[in-house]
Amino acid sequence: MPGEDSDNVDDQMTLLLLQVGRAQDVEAFEALFRHFGPRIKSYMAKVDRNRAEELMQETMMSVWRKASLFDATRGVAASWIFTIARNHRIDALRRDRRAEIDPDDPALVPETPMAADQALDIRQNARLMREAMASLPSEQLQVLELSFYQEQSQSEIATRLALPLGTVKSRMRLGFAKLRAVLEGGSKQP
Amino acid sequence: MIPQHHLSEDLLLAYAAGTLSEGWTIAVASHLALCPQCRAQSAQADMLGGAMLDTIAPEPLANDAWAAMRARLDTETPPAKTKPAKAMASGKPVLPMPLRAYVGGDIDTIHWRALGRGAAQMMLPTADPTTQVRLLRIPAGKPVPEHSHGGRELTLVLSGSFRDGEMVFGPGDIEDADGSILHTPTATPEADCICLAVTDAPLRFSSWLVRLIQPILKI
Repeated sequence: MPGEDSDNVDDQMTLLLLQVGRAQDVEAFEALFRHFGPRIKSYMAKVDRNRAEELMQETMMSVWRKASLFDATRGVAASWIFTIARNHRIDALRRDRRAEIDPDDPALVPETPMAADQALDIRQNARLMREAMASLPSEQLQVLELSFYQEQSQSEIATRLALPLGTVKSRMRLGFAKLRAVLEGGSKQP
Repeated sequence: MIPQHHLSEDLLLAYAAGTLSEGWTIAVASHLALCPQCRAQSAQADMLGGAMLDTIAPEPLANDAWAAMRARLDTETPPAKTKPAKAMASGKPVLPMPLRAYVGGDIDTIHWRALGRGAAQMMLPTADPTTQVRLLRIPAGKPVPEHSHGGRELTLVLSGSFRDGEMVFGPGDIEDADGSILHTPTATPEADCICLAVTDAPLRFSSWLVRLIQPILKI
Protein backbone atom coordinates (compact mmCIF):
# COMPACT_ATOMS: atom_id res chain seq x y z
CA MET A 1 0.00 0.00 0.00
CA PRO A 2 1.25 3.50 -0.75
CA GLY A 3 2.19 5.41 2.39
CA GLU A 4 0.15 8.41 3.48
CA ASP A 5 3.15 10.68 3.36
CA SER A 6 3.29 12.47 0.03
CA ASP A 7 7.09 12.21 -0.25
CA ASN A 8 6.70 8.46 0.03
CA VAL A 9 4.11 8.46 -2.73
CA ASP A 10 6.49 10.38 -5.04
CA ASP A 11 9.30 7.98 -4.20
CA GLN A 12 7.13 4.95 -4.51
CA MET A 13 5.61 5.92 -7.86
CA THR A 14 9.04 6.79 -9.23
CA LEU A 15 10.48 3.45 -8.07
CA LEU A 16 7.52 1.58 -9.58
CA LEU A 17 8.03 3.32 -12.90
CA LEU A 18 11.74 2.45 -12.86
CA GLN A 19 10.80 -1.14 -12.10
CA VAL A 20 8.45 -1.24 -15.11
CA GLY A 21 11.21 0.21 -17.29
CA ARG A 22 13.83 -2.26 -16.10
CA ALA A 23 11.84 -5.47 -15.94
CA GLN A 24 8.39 -4.91 -17.51
CA ASP A 25 7.05 -5.68 -14.05
CA VAL A 26 3.26 -6.10 -14.40
CA GLU A 27 2.57 -5.77 -10.66
CA ALA A 28 4.47 -2.49 -10.49
CA PHE A 29 2.55 -1.32 -13.54
CA GLU A 30 -0.77 -2.24 -11.94
CA ALA A 31 0.07 -0.08 -8.92
CA LEU A 32 0.91 2.83 -11.25
CA PHE A 33 -2.32 2.23 -13.16
CA ARG A 34 -4.44 2.29 -10.01
CA HIS A 35 -2.81 5.52 -8.84
CA PHE A 36 -2.57 7.47 -12.10
CA GLY A 37 -5.43 5.96 -14.13
CA PRO A 38 -8.24 7.82 -12.29
CA ARG A 39 -6.21 11.05 -12.36
CA ILE A 40 -5.48 10.78 -16.09
CA LYS A 41 -9.14 10.01 -16.76
CA SER A 42 -10.13 13.13 -14.85
CA TYR A 43 -7.55 15.19 -16.82
CA MET A 44 -8.96 13.85 -20.11
CA ALA A 45 -12.57 14.39 -19.01
CA LYS A 46 -11.88 18.12 -18.61
CA VAL A 47 -11.77 18.43 -22.40
CA ASP A 48 -13.63 15.32 -23.65
CA ARG A 49 -15.76 13.36 -21.22
CA ASN A 50 -16.77 10.73 -23.80
CA ARG A 51 -13.24 9.73 -24.65
CA ALA A 52 -11.74 10.08 -21.19
CA GLU A 53 -11.54 6.35 -20.43
CA GLU A 54 -10.13 5.53 -23.87
CA LEU A 55 -7.49 8.28 -23.68
CA MET A 56 -6.53 7.15 -20.18
CA GLN A 57 -5.98 3.61 -21.55
CA GLU A 58 -3.89 4.97 -24.44
CA THR A 59 -1.80 7.08 -22.08
CA MET A 60 -1.12 4.16 -19.73
CA MET A 61 -0.23 2.00 -22.74
CA SER A 62 2.42 4.57 -23.69
CA VAL A 63 3.67 4.60 -20.10
CA TRP A 64 4.14 0.83 -20.37
CA ARG A 65 5.89 1.08 -23.72
CA LYS A 66 8.15 4.02 -22.90
CA ALA A 67 8.95 3.29 -19.25
CA SER A 68 12.56 2.35 -20.10
CA LEU A 69 13.12 5.93 -21.34
CA PHE A 70 12.12 7.46 -17.99
CA ASP A 71 15.11 9.14 -16.34
CA ALA A 72 14.69 9.50 -12.57
CA THR A 73 17.49 12.07 -12.39
CA ARG A 74 15.30 14.48 -14.37
CA GLY A 75 11.94 14.20 -12.71
CA VAL A 76 9.41 12.25 -10.72
CA ALA A 77 6.89 9.82 -12.21
CA ALA A 78 4.01 12.33 -12.01
CA SER A 79 5.76 14.94 -14.21
CA TRP A 80 6.80 12.36 -16.78
CA ILE A 81 3.35 10.78 -16.93
CA PHE A 82 1.77 14.25 -17.16
CA THR A 83 3.80 14.99 -20.33
CA ILE A 84 2.65 11.72 -21.90
CA ALA A 85 -1.00 12.38 -21.02
CA ARG A 86 -0.77 15.95 -22.34
CA ASN A 87 0.70 14.77 -25.64
CA HIS A 88 -2.02 12.13 -26.04
CA ARG A 89 -4.69 14.73 -25.41
CA ILE A 90 -3.19 16.96 -28.12
CA ASP A 91 -2.79 14.07 -30.60
CA ALA A 92 -6.34 12.85 -30.06
CA LEU A 93 -8.24 16.09 -29.89
CA ARG A 94 -6.41 18.53 -32.13
CA ARG A 95 -5.63 18.59 -35.80
CA ASP A 96 -2.21 20.16 -35.51
CA ARG A 97 0.85 18.67 -33.89
CA ARG A 98 3.16 19.65 -31.09
CA ALA A 99 6.85 20.08 -31.87
CA GLU A 100 9.16 18.57 -29.26
CA ILE A 101 12.88 18.37 -28.69
CA ASP A 102 14.69 15.08 -29.16
CA PRO A 103 16.81 14.46 -26.03
CA ASP A 104 19.31 12.48 -28.16
CA ASP A 105 19.67 15.20 -30.79
CA PRO A 106 23.40 15.82 -31.45
CA ALA A 107 22.51 19.49 -32.07
CA LEU A 108 21.28 19.86 -28.46
CA VAL A 109 23.36 22.37 -26.50
CA PRO A 110 24.20 20.37 -23.35
CA GLU A 111 23.70 21.55 -19.79
CA THR A 112 26.40 21.30 -17.21
CA PRO A 113 26.35 17.80 -15.70
CA MET A 114 23.85 17.53 -12.89
CA ALA A 115 25.20 17.21 -9.40
CA ALA A 116 24.67 13.72 -8.03
CA ASP A 117 22.61 14.97 -5.10
CA GLN A 118 20.11 16.69 -7.36
CA ALA A 119 18.09 13.51 -7.83
CA LEU A 120 17.05 13.82 -4.18
CA ASP A 121 16.13 17.46 -4.74
CA ILE A 122 13.86 16.51 -7.59
CA ARG A 123 11.67 14.42 -5.30
CA GLN A 124 11.78 17.10 -2.64
CA ASN A 125 10.83 19.58 -5.36
CA ALA A 126 7.72 17.63 -6.31
CA ARG A 127 6.47 17.96 -2.73
CA LEU A 128 7.48 21.63 -2.51
CA MET A 129 5.68 22.31 -5.78
CA ARG A 130 2.42 20.85 -4.46
CA GLU A 131 2.70 22.77 -1.19
CA ALA A 132 3.52 26.01 -2.99
CA MET A 133 0.60 25.44 -5.36
CA ALA A 134 -1.78 25.02 -2.42
CA SER A 135 -0.66 28.37 -0.99
CA LEU A 136 -0.96 30.39 -4.23
CA PRO A 137 -3.55 33.19 -4.25
CA SER A 138 -6.70 31.67 -5.73
CA GLU A 139 -6.74 34.06 -8.71
CA GLN A 140 -3.27 32.86 -9.75
CA LEU A 141 -4.06 29.19 -9.22
CA GLN A 142 -7.29 29.63 -11.19
CA VAL A 143 -5.57 30.81 -14.39
CA LEU A 144 -2.91 28.09 -14.13
CA GLU A 145 -5.60 25.44 -13.66
CA LEU A 146 -7.66 26.71 -16.59
CA SER A 147 -4.55 26.52 -18.72
CA PHE A 148 -3.30 23.08 -17.60
CA TYR A 149 -6.64 21.34 -17.03
CA GLN A 150 -8.99 22.88 -19.59
CA GLU A 151 -6.28 23.51 -22.19
CA GLN A 152 -7.49 27.07 -22.64
CA SER A 153 -5.21 29.62 -24.23
CA GLN A 154 -4.42 32.82 -22.39
CA SER A 155 -6.84 34.76 -24.60
CA GLU A 156 -9.61 32.18 -24.07
CA ILE A 157 -9.09 32.50 -20.31
CA ALA A 158 -9.25 36.28 -20.62
CA THR A 159 -12.60 36.01 -22.43
CA ARG A 160 -13.97 33.47 -19.98
CA LEU A 161 -13.06 35.50 -16.91
CA ALA A 162 -13.81 38.85 -18.57
CA LEU A 163 -10.30 40.08 -17.79
CA PRO A 164 -7.77 41.92 -19.96
CA LEU A 165 -5.27 39.54 -21.59
CA GLY A 166 -2.44 41.34 -19.80
CA THR A 167 -4.00 40.53 -16.41
CA VAL A 168 -4.24 36.83 -17.27
CA LYS A 169 -0.62 36.79 -18.42
CA SER A 170 0.64 38.58 -15.34
CA ARG A 171 -1.32 36.29 -12.98
CA MET A 172 0.20 33.24 -14.67
CA ARG A 173 3.65 34.76 -14.60
CA LEU A 174 3.38 35.77 -10.93
CA GLY A 175 2.05 32.36 -9.93
CA PHE A 176 4.81 30.52 -11.77
CA ALA A 177 7.47 32.89 -10.38
CA LYS A 178 6.28 32.08 -6.83
CA LEU A 179 6.42 28.35 -7.50
CA ARG A 180 9.92 28.65 -8.96
CA ALA A 181 11.10 30.77 -6.04
CA VAL A 182 9.98 28.03 -3.65
CA LEU A 183 11.78 25.36 -5.70
CA GLU A 184 14.95 27.37 -6.00
CA GLY A 185 14.90 28.24 -2.31
CA GLY A 186 14.07 24.67 -1.37
CA SER A 187 16.84 22.96 -3.32
CA LYS A 188 19.46 25.10 -1.58
CA GLN A 189 18.47 23.71 1.80
CA PRO A 190 20.66 20.86 3.04
CA MET B 1 27.35 28.91 -27.13
CA ILE B 2 24.67 29.70 -24.54
CA PRO B 3 21.81 31.94 -25.72
CA GLN B 4 21.29 35.37 -24.12
CA HIS B 5 17.69 36.00 -25.18
CA HIS B 6 15.18 33.59 -23.75
CA LEU B 7 11.58 32.43 -23.86
CA SER B 8 9.08 34.39 -21.79
CA GLU B 9 7.43 32.59 -18.90
CA ASP B 10 4.01 32.73 -20.50
CA LEU B 11 5.34 30.89 -23.57
CA LEU B 12 7.02 28.25 -21.40
CA LEU B 13 3.83 27.76 -19.38
CA ALA B 14 1.61 27.60 -22.44
CA TYR B 15 3.99 25.08 -24.01
CA ALA B 16 3.90 22.91 -20.87
CA ALA B 17 0.11 23.16 -20.56
CA GLY B 18 -0.22 22.14 -24.21
CA THR B 19 -2.14 25.25 -25.25
CA LEU B 20 0.27 26.54 -27.92
CA SER B 21 -0.59 25.76 -31.50
CA GLU B 22 1.90 23.91 -33.69
CA GLY B 23 3.59 26.92 -35.31
CA TRP B 24 4.66 28.43 -31.99
CA THR B 25 5.74 25.06 -30.61
CA ILE B 26 8.30 24.76 -33.44
CA ALA B 27 10.03 27.95 -32.27
CA VAL B 28 9.74 27.01 -28.59
CA ALA B 29 11.06 23.46 -29.01
CA SER B 30 13.90 24.63 -31.28
CA HIS B 31 14.98 27.24 -28.75
CA LEU B 32 14.76 24.67 -25.93
CA ALA B 33 17.16 22.39 -27.85
CA LEU B 34 19.67 25.25 -27.99
CA CYS B 35 19.16 26.65 -24.47
CA PRO B 36 19.89 24.60 -21.33
CA GLN B 37 18.60 27.43 -19.12
CA CYS B 38 15.14 27.44 -20.69
CA ARG B 39 15.12 23.62 -20.69
CA ALA B 40 15.52 23.73 -16.91
CA GLN B 41 12.60 26.17 -16.64
CA SER B 42 10.55 24.07 -19.01
CA ALA B 43 11.18 21.07 -16.72
CA GLN B 44 9.84 23.15 -13.83
CA ALA B 45 6.71 23.91 -15.85
CA ASP B 46 6.30 20.17 -16.56
CA MET B 47 6.72 19.59 -12.84
CA LEU B 48 3.84 22.00 -12.26
CA GLY B 49 1.88 19.84 -14.72
CA GLY B 50 2.84 16.77 -12.66
CA ALA B 51 1.62 18.48 -9.48
CA MET B 52 -1.62 19.40 -11.27
CA LEU B 53 -2.09 15.77 -12.27
CA ASP B 54 -1.34 14.65 -8.71
CA THR B 55 -3.87 16.98 -7.13
CA ILE B 56 -6.70 16.60 -9.64
CA ALA B 57 -9.94 15.06 -8.30
CA PRO B 58 -9.68 11.42 -9.52
CA GLU B 59 -12.46 9.97 -11.71
CA PRO B 60 -13.47 6.38 -10.98
CA LEU B 61 -12.43 4.02 -13.78
CA ALA B 62 -14.70 1.59 -15.60
CA ASN B 63 -15.03 -1.68 -13.68
CA ASP B 64 -13.04 -3.67 -16.21
CA ALA B 65 -10.39 -0.96 -16.75
CA TRP B 66 -7.46 -2.89 -15.33
CA ALA B 67 -8.58 -6.17 -16.95
CA ALA B 68 -8.72 -4.43 -20.32
CA MET B 69 -5.29 -2.90 -19.78
CA ARG B 70 -3.84 -6.19 -18.54
CA ALA B 71 -5.11 -7.98 -21.66
CA ARG B 72 -3.41 -5.44 -23.89
CA LEU B 73 -0.07 -5.85 -22.16
CA ASP B 74 0.06 -9.50 -23.24
CA THR B 75 -0.43 -8.65 -26.89
CA GLU B 76 2.29 -6.01 -26.77
CA THR B 77 5.83 -6.77 -27.76
CA PRO B 78 8.09 -6.02 -24.79
CA PRO B 79 9.14 -2.38 -24.64
CA ALA B 80 12.45 -1.59 -26.25
CA LYS B 81 15.14 -1.31 -23.62
CA THR B 82 17.74 0.50 -25.63
CA LYS B 83 17.56 4.06 -26.78
CA PRO B 84 17.99 4.57 -30.51
CA ALA B 85 21.62 4.89 -31.55
CA LYS B 86 22.91 8.43 -31.70
CA ALA B 87 23.45 9.92 -35.14
CA MET B 88 26.72 8.90 -36.78
CA ALA B 89 29.71 11.19 -36.66
CA SER B 90 28.76 13.17 -39.75
CA GLY B 91 29.34 16.39 -37.84
CA LYS B 92 27.04 18.24 -35.51
CA PRO B 93 23.92 19.52 -37.30
CA VAL B 94 23.21 23.27 -37.27
CA LEU B 95 19.43 22.92 -37.13
CA PRO B 96 18.07 21.30 -33.98
CA MET B 97 15.23 18.81 -33.93
CA PRO B 98 12.34 19.24 -34.52
CA LEU B 99 13.33 21.77 -37.17
CA ARG B 100 15.29 19.20 -39.20
CA ALA B 101 12.11 17.11 -39.42
CA TYR B 102 10.17 20.04 -40.88
CA VAL B 103 12.96 20.97 -43.31
CA GLY B 104 13.70 17.36 -44.26
CA GLY B 105 17.39 17.71 -43.41
CA ASP B 106 19.98 20.10 -42.06
CA ILE B 107 20.78 23.68 -43.07
CA ASP B 108 22.32 22.62 -46.42
CA THR B 109 19.05 21.03 -47.59
CA ILE B 110 16.84 24.12 -47.18
CA HIS B 111 14.98 24.93 -50.41
CA TRP B 112 15.45 28.67 -50.55
CA ARG B 113 13.16 30.85 -52.62
CA ALA B 114 14.44 34.28 -53.43
CA LEU B 115 12.67 37.24 -51.86
CA GLY B 116 14.78 39.82 -53.72
CA ARG B 117 17.91 41.76 -52.66
CA GLY B 118 19.67 38.54 -51.76
CA ALA B 119 17.17 37.52 -49.09
CA ALA B 120 15.41 34.16 -49.29
CA GLN B 121 12.84 32.14 -47.44
CA MET B 122 11.46 28.65 -47.11
CA MET B 123 7.90 28.24 -45.84
CA LEU B 124 7.51 25.25 -43.51
CA PRO B 125 4.17 23.48 -43.90
CA THR B 126 2.24 22.74 -40.70
CA ALA B 127 -1.29 21.61 -39.81
CA ASP B 128 -1.78 24.85 -37.89
CA PRO B 129 -3.87 27.43 -39.79
CA THR B 130 -3.28 30.14 -37.17
CA THR B 131 0.43 30.69 -37.80
CA GLN B 132 2.97 30.99 -40.59
CA VAL B 133 6.33 29.36 -40.13
CA ARG B 134 9.30 30.19 -42.34
CA LEU B 135 13.06 30.11 -42.47
CA LEU B 136 14.64 33.37 -43.54
CA ARG B 137 18.10 34.04 -44.93
CA ILE B 138 19.17 37.65 -44.61
CA PRO B 139 22.33 38.72 -46.45
CA ALA B 140 25.14 39.99 -44.22
CA GLY B 141 24.58 43.62 -43.25
CA LYS B 142 21.09 43.81 -44.82
CA PRO B 143 17.72 44.42 -43.14
CA VAL B 144 15.03 41.76 -42.84
CA PRO B 145 12.63 42.19 -45.78
CA GLU B 146 9.12 43.40 -44.98
CA HIS B 147 6.73 40.62 -44.17
CA SER B 148 3.43 41.74 -42.79
CA HIS B 149 2.16 40.42 -39.50
CA GLY B 150 -0.36 41.92 -37.19
CA GLY B 151 0.32 40.10 -33.96
CA ARG B 152 3.16 38.27 -32.35
CA GLU B 153 6.38 37.27 -34.07
CA LEU B 154 8.95 34.85 -32.69
CA THR B 155 12.35 34.91 -34.37
CA LEU B 156 14.98 32.31 -33.51
CA VAL B 157 18.52 32.77 -34.83
CA LEU B 158 20.04 29.58 -36.23
CA SER B 159 23.21 30.89 -37.84
CA GLY B 160 24.86 34.32 -38.01
CA SER B 161 23.26 37.11 -36.04
CA PHE B 162 21.07 40.18 -36.34
CA ARG B 163 20.84 43.49 -34.57
CA ASP B 164 17.56 45.04 -33.52
CA GLY B 165 18.10 48.47 -32.00
CA GLU B 166 20.66 48.08 -29.23
CA MET B 167 20.32 44.32 -29.01
CA VAL B 168 22.22 41.65 -30.90
CA PHE B 169 20.69 38.21 -31.36
CA GLY B 170 23.05 35.29 -32.05
CA PRO B 171 22.57 31.54 -32.55
CA GLY B 172 19.92 30.16 -30.20
CA ASP B 173 18.60 33.60 -29.22
CA ILE B 174 14.88 34.19 -29.56
CA GLU B 175 13.16 37.54 -30.08
CA ASP B 176 9.52 37.83 -29.04
CA ALA B 177 8.11 40.88 -30.83
CA ASP B 178 4.69 42.39 -30.56
CA GLY B 179 3.27 43.43 -33.94
CA SER B 180 2.68 46.93 -32.68
CA ILE B 181 6.40 47.62 -32.30
CA LEU B 182 8.11 49.07 -35.34
CA HIS B 183 11.43 47.38 -35.75
CA THR B 184 13.95 46.75 -38.47
CA PRO B 185 16.18 43.84 -37.60
CA THR B 186 19.40 43.88 -39.64
CA ALA B 187 21.85 41.04 -40.19
CA THR B 188 25.26 41.80 -38.71
CA PRO B 189 28.02 42.37 -41.31
CA GLU B 190 30.15 39.22 -40.75
CA ALA B 191 27.83 36.59 -42.22
CA ASP B 192 24.37 35.89 -43.59
CA CYS B 193 21.81 35.38 -40.87
CA ILE B 194 19.53 32.36 -41.01
CA CYS B 195 16.56 32.39 -38.67
CA LEU B 196 13.21 30.81 -38.01
CA ALA B 197 10.27 33.22 -37.96
CA VAL B 198 6.83 32.31 -36.66
CA THR B 199 4.02 34.81 -37.05
CA ASP B 200 0.27 34.93 -36.67
CA ALA B 201 -1.33 33.94 -39.95
CA PRO B 202 -2.66 36.84 -42.01
CA LEU B 203 -6.22 37.81 -41.13
CA ARG B 204 -8.74 35.50 -42.70
CA PHE B 205 -12.00 36.93 -43.89
CA SER B 206 -15.14 34.87 -43.82
CA SER B 207 -16.50 36.21 -47.09
CA TRP B 208 -15.15 34.35 -50.14
CA LEU B 209 -15.27 37.58 -52.09
CA VAL B 210 -13.03 39.39 -49.61
CA ARG B 211 -10.74 36.35 -49.55
CA LEU B 212 -10.56 36.46 -53.32
CA ILE B 213 -9.41 40.08 -53.44
CA GLN B 214 -7.30 39.82 -50.27
CA PRO B 215 -4.06 39.13 -52.19
CA ILE B 216 -4.76 42.05 -54.50
CA LEU B 217 -5.35 44.43 -51.60
CA LYS B 218 -2.31 42.96 -49.84
CA ILE B 219 -4.15 42.74 -46.52
